[in-house]
Amino acid sequence: MCMDIYPKYDIIVVGAGHAGCEAAAAAANLGSKVLMITMNMMNMAQMSCNPSIGGIAKGQIVREIDALGGFTGIITDKTTIQFRMLNKSKGPAMWSPRTQNDRMKFSEEWRRTLESIKKIDFWQDIVVEVLVKEDKIYGVKTGLGVVFKAKAVVLSNGTFLNGLIHIGEKHFSGGRIGENASKGLTENLVSLGFDASRMKTGTPTRADGRSINFSVMEEQKGDKHPKKFSFSDTEAVQGQKSCFLTYTSPEVHDILRKGFDRSPLFTGRIKGKGPRYCPSIEDKIERFSSRDRHQLFIEPEGWNTVEYYVNGFSSSLPEEIQFEALRKVKGFENVRFFRPGYAIEYDYFPPYQLTYTLETKKVENLYFAGQINGTTGYEEAAAQGIIAGINAHLKINHQPEFILKRSQAYIGVLIDDLITKGTDEPYRMFTSRAEYRLLLRQDNADLRLTPLGYQIGLASKERYKKVQTKYTAVKELISFLKEESADPVEINPIMEKKKTQPVQQKSKISNILLRPQINIHDLKQGIHSLDNYINNLDSDQEEIMEETEIQVKYQGYIEKEQEIADKLLRLEDLNLNEKINYSKISSLSSEAREKLTKIKPRTIGQASRISGVSPADINVLIVYLGR
Amino acid sequence: MNRNDTICALSTPPGMGAIAVIRISGPEAIPACEKIFRPAEKNLKLSDAPSHTLHFGTISTSNELLDEVLVSVFKAPHSYTGEDVIEISCHGSVYIQQKIIEVLICNGLRMAQPGEFTMRAFLNGRFDLSQAEAIADLIASQSQSAHDLAIRQMRGGFSKKIRELREKLVTFASLVELELDFSEEDVEFADRSKLLDLILQLKNEIANLLNSFTIGNVIKKGIPVTIIGKPNVGKSTLLNALLNEERAIVSEIPGTTRDTVEDTIVIGGYSFRFIDTAGLREAEGKIESIGIEKTWEKIHQATIILYVFDATKDSSKVVMNAVSEFSEITEDSTKRLILIGNKTDKLSELPKGFREFVDHETIFISAKRKENIHLIAESLLKSVRQAGITDTAIVSNTRHYDALSHALEAINSIHEGLNTGLTPDLLSVDIHKALYHLGEITGEITTDEILGNIFSKFCIGK
Repeated sequence: MCMDIYPKYDIIVVGAGHAGCEAAAAAANLGSKVLMITMNMMNMAQMSCNPSIGGIAKGQIVREIDALGGFTGIITDKTTIQFRMLNKSKGPAMWSPRTQNDRMKFSEEWRRTLESIKKIDFWQDIVVEVLVKEDKIYGVKTGLGVVFKAKAVVLSNGTFLNGLIHIGEKHFSGGRIGENASKGLTENLVSLGFDASRMKTGTPTRADGRSINFSVMEEQKGDKHPKKFSFSDTEAVQGQKSCFLTYTSPEVHDILRKGFDRSPLFTGRIKGKGPRYCPSIEDKIERFSSRDRHQLFIEPEGWNTVEYYVNGFSSSLPEEIQFEALRKVKGFENVRFFRPGYAIEYDYFPPYQLTYTLETKKVENLYFAGQINGTTGYEEAAAQGIIAGINAHLKINHQPEFILKRSQAYIGVLIDDLITKGTDEPYRMFTSRAEYRLLLRQDNADLRLTPLGYQIGLASKERYKKVQTKYTAVKELISFLKEESADPVEINPIMEKKKTQPVQQKSKISNILLRPQINIHDLKQGIHSLDNYINNLDSDQEEIMEETEIQVKYQGYIEKEQEIADKLLRLEDLNLNEKINYSKISSLSSEAREKLTKIKPRTIGQASRISGVSPADINVLIVYLGR
Repeated sequence: MNRNDTICALSTPPGMGAIAVIRISGPEAIPACEKIFRPAEKNLKLSDAPSHTLHFGTISTSNELLDEVLVSVFKAPHSYTGEDVIEISCHGSVYIQQKIIEVLICNGLRMAQPGEFTMRAFLNGRFDLSQAEAIADLIASQSQSAHDLAIRQMRGGFSKKIRELREKLVTFASLVELELDFSEEDVEFADRSKLLDLILQLKNEIANLLNSFTIGNVIKKGIPVTIIGKPNVGKSTLLNALLNEERAIVSEIPGTTRDTVEDTIVIGGYSFRFIDTAGLREAEGKIESIGIEKTWEKIHQATIILYVFDATKDSSKVVMNAVSEFSEITEDSTKRLILIGNKTDKLSELPKGFREFVDHETIFISAKRKENIHLIAESLLKSVRQAGITDTAIVSNTRHYDALSHALEAINSIHEGLNTGLTPDLLSVDIHKALYHLGEITGEITTDEILGNIFSKFCIGK
């Protein structure tokens, strides 16, 4: 009706969580005209659960998003209140950055970032319908009755679709506590033929820091030399805030048990499946009854707030039970509460309905990203957001798809797992899900992905050049170490100090670096020529040294894994036409026929990862492929 | 499925035959064969030999001559599969077949999957598309029968053993992964000595299983029983009596048992497999005593040995000499020697004083008249029940052997890594390898399974 007031967009992003924000930013920065629709512009990029980014496997994902040209890393760096590099005692593939963040600042920074992108418009409203014609999307309809037209739509609705909050025997509709659920859209999508299902997640109580006695708890400080997420020139945090550790007790457990008969989890009122790795406190007590204590991790919610997040105390027990029990925890004797923990059930769409670009198989140019696909975690959501945003843009501009392989990125593992195996509990990334863990390190995310991000126009030229310069310097430093020898007289004092065998004769520096006790800093200290060489590097000395050390020390293992990856890659190159009629291939097992028809794998490699498809089925498929 | 490696498999029907053909296909076919084949023609190199030629020679391991064979060379693309192909025609003994395949695997080849030769042929354009469906059906059906066979072979001890191994490996993998993905959790991590303990157990068990293959490479199924004895004491007649059919060629001329005779009989629910008596005949033909190494090897493969003597000719002293020669077996509690005095049909009464003089279980029979054969059957059954022999896991399938030896290789690397203090993420590279290879026998072990194991055993989630 009023076409001038509501312009036509290239891409509409529905939902402004971690997935929606990355999707909108990526699509707009690539050149699409984007409309972001959210129910509440005050709550963009909320950290609905703990005020923390990264961690094991998740930290790697954030580094990957950053390397591609996303913003989660930058915004995290700007709002960090504590930085830790986890797993530093393990090999480099396991080093995982994690931060505590200022929850309010994080949201604010994201909004500021998106507002600074000219090609993004905003609209505060609820989307109740996607508009589809001939299996292709052309817009959305809002609760106000407004119709917005676009060439592509990304749905990133989080836990809002028919969200149902449980606290004890109370339950009420909501997408997050204090916020409305989104109704109508699920029904609309189901009527279009989509499968929908329910999931459950939960969050703990928030407490008033002024009433917590931190002096009786164990303090956990940030790293002495904090690093950061972004490969760009953001700054590392200064003057960090601490987290605190305390424990529950048998007394606490007894109080919690009093509420079990009113627990929506145990009485069966909650139907959706929750994550096994993030159980509620009542679940932990029930399942691991032999343990007489569970760890609680008390996290600050920001620089300037007294609010604290009680990690480990997620619960949907009646609020008075939660409070009574927590007061028996050391340090919480006089605690005042901001709000109780709760469980939330929400609709998700089993992700086998998607392709590698996160476009739905049913409706062309419609993309799903984030919790709507059954994942959990800000990082997993953001990763899907950037992939959906990039691909929506590429698709409407008739450019080739942007797909990351399992051997290229955790993001590749995430999406391949989702669309190939589906998930019936909230999916979280673990490093063990990746078969090429040693290749997918946080330190080399820039090397792996920035060239790809630059190629599609998302990562800046500046970043691309920075990567090239860095890795050229690394290569040169490695050659230096392999060519130059260390003199025993010069190096042996260091060997002695590090309690390793002295060097008998002149040895190549790279060989000495292979010793577990020796790091590159020791060598720099002990070998004059190396010290000179490194001091003459233009910039990023630390990063170049670290990267060099990793590549030299772990070369053998990295090569071994690369070999396996290359071998298996051949299967990933054997494409399966989506039009293959599997039901007609009588030699396939009936289970394989059914699964292949449902999932429509893109390649033989993907087909081989579908549960129920046997090696014999794969052979049959290869035969059918011809050559 | 890797199409660039080299595969091998028996191409003739499994089991005993006059000759057997082992086919090798892939880029390493000729070099791998050159490593084990000594051509009769001194200066011949297989790699220089023209395609479609036949060569006589011998195949040996580093320390043992295995067989005289004919080797056919087919060079890509003019072969069945379109790749370089070698076909080794060897003698039909199951022992020789399996041994040759074992040596090929030791030289880096892989056992072919069911239908893999045919599939390679198709992929290399040796068939047209119209044949595709037939081949696909063939692969499917072969896999099915191979699967059935595998299931049947995985009875008793072996399947139990493999299940235990799998569980231990999943536990080990879980403990290591726990340290990696859940290092921040409030759970107790396994100390190195526990990990070392687990890996040593795994190592021993896999090594034992592999050993059982070397010992039992002739055994397809059943408890191995060897019938031995000097020429013409009636071994074949006895075997026929036991099998209740005329399987072996029987004559009055010593040494007429030309081929290995193998078969299985079921007594009281237990399978007994009688093995390779031809090897013994050959040895006996040369030397009266059965003390030579090759014969002993055959005896070592057996769990039960039936020593047959001629009750009409052999004195108790001759028999006692034989028993003392078998001290290695009589002293081994997992093995059993039974003396069989044959040809009682030619005696009016049992040799006088025999029982007093020969202090060992002896059964007198007439194989010809099938008299007292049931006593042997009862004794076999008693041996099994007493020794609990069926509890021993035996690897009898070359594909299993292949997978287990690769798994052991990976386990050895893990062991070494643990000893040198390797970090768990690096250990995990080899753990994944071990899991993969064990998975070739048991079905794949997925990361979901390992994570599931972690979530069920440890309280994860702050």
